[in-house]
Amino acid sequence: MTWTNVIVQGVLFGGFYALFACGLSLLFGVMRIINLAHGDIAVVAGYTAVFLVPHLHIAEVWGFIVVVPIFALVGYVLQRTVLQAALDRSPFTTLLVTFGLSVLIENLLLEIYTANGQSVNIGSLIGNSWQVNSTIYVSWFELVVLIVAVAVLGILQLYLSKTSTGRLIRAVSDDREAAQICGANYRHIFGIAAAIAVATVALAGISYGILTELTPTTGGSQVLLYAFEAVVIGGIGSLWGTLIGGILLGVAQQVGAHYNPAYQVLAGHVLFLAILALRPQGLFGKKEALT
Amino acid sequence: MSLLQLQGVSKRFGQVVVADGVSLQLEAGDAVGIVGPNGAGKTTLFSMIAGDVRVDAGEILFKGRSITRAAVATRCRAGIGRTYQIPQPFEHLSVFENALVAVHQGARVHGREGSERALDALVRTGLIDLANRPAGALGLLHRKRLELARALATGPELLLLDEIAGGLTDLEVVELTEVIRSLRADGVTIVWIEHVVRALLSTVDRLVCLAGGELVADGAPREVLNSEAVRRVYMGGAIINEAVS
Repeated sequence: MTWTNVIVQGVLFGGFYALFACGLSLLFGVMRIINLAHGDIAVVAGYTAVFLVPHLHIAEVWGFIVVVPIFALVGYVLQRTVLQAALDRSPFTTLLVTFGLSVLIENLLLEIYTANGQSVNIGSLIGNSWQVNSTIYVSWFELVVLIVAVAVLGILQLYLSKTSTGRLIRAVSDDREAAQICGANYRHIFGIAAAIAVATVALAGISYGILTELTPTTGGSQVLLYAFEAVVIGGIGSLWGTLIGGILLGVAQQVGAHYNPAYQVLAGHVLFLAILALRPQGLFGKKEALT
Repeated sequence: MSLLQLQGVSKRFGQVVVADGVSLQLEAGDAVGIVGPNGAGKTTLFSMIAGDVRVDAGEILFKGRSITRAAVATRCRAGIGRTYQIPQPFEHLSVFENALVAVHQGARVHGREGSERALDALVRTGLIDLANRPAGALGLLHRKRLELARALATGPELLLLDEIAGGLTDLEVVELTEVIRSLRADGVTIVWIEHVVRALLSTVDRLVCLAGGELVADGAPREVLNSEAVRRVYMGGAIINEAVS
């Protein structure tokens, strides 16, 4: 039964990775932007929940209702200003610009809030768990995050395939020049995609801050790396692939940790490298996405 | 008031002059063909009218208003539709969705009426049976038709067709020409760049020849083709012989 527990814990943690990864996947899929500041934006969202929400007289567990819309707006503005300007020059420039953003954010956080870890405090709720049997515990909060991740990805999938704006996002991602000639302002559509991406990563950042603690460098050293691995394992351009990628990464890490806690991170990287070597387009990706 | 007016439009890319003081006037309901050797600036002329390329000098007026500095999307919504020489469908969208995006964004029509307009564009261009096919799976003829369907779906008053018959078989050209003539009959103004001169002659009643970024001839198609200027541009070459034969 211990193995069952290992898998269950891995799946639960996979929800975090999927939530972190879906915005990264969307930004790359639609705009071909590799956002190196993705993890840092998650951390800023977490810090916003830590330092802003207590002033708002609402229970901290509901803080995301305020923070996530703020970050959707941040995402839109970021895209329409800095990222679009970089994109107008070259895709390579976006890489440099987002790297610059990452450095800027991490150092600003260090300067203002020091290197101490910060947590979003939701009180006793975080401790709740269900004991399924003698060896399996399911953390209430981790389960909620997994459900949220599945819901977010499902809603996003529906949004992209069924709604008029979602269809437009797919059209712009196929050919932005042709979209313009059809009367679409592709810059606005890019802004909407960035708003969604940044909102989802903000949700992930807050959740992460609730479960464990955030430091100014958590985003660059952990979140970004795991999100990348989840996207690559699942396959670029497939939202459900991202979910599976996140879950597989979580399971691999738990399996590694089961043998030796020092192997936790290593096992995830090994899975990532194995996928990259054997199936570079990812489990659910299409080969064309690589070109 | 003219539908479209170009006033001394100039454009150069580095040392290459692609438009040198081009002035052109189109009335609503016109059907104008544009010929000229490769590199004459034909496609760039379209790009300047549609807004993909900004002019260095000169003015472009559409329905009496200056659109010289307007965005591509704005010009589309104002009533300028364009097809690309190399079709650029939204490959991961279905044929119907391609047309629907154009109706929603270009014509600003939504809901049931929007869907009907998209279907209508597909019916007119003979794509209705392929409506649910992903556009990326289409062959060249159908891609060209989809370019036309999508431009049509934006509800254009002026339609810019860039070598839409290029690369097609004779029969396919005839079919496509019929579609274009039917659009003309509905009052859509047409400007058509084409090397397949016979297709052009069956449709247009005015022909313009561009060479080296300049208008070298403008008038009735046969007269233009027989003019000294055009003969010089083509050095008496294939285009004339094909048209005359």
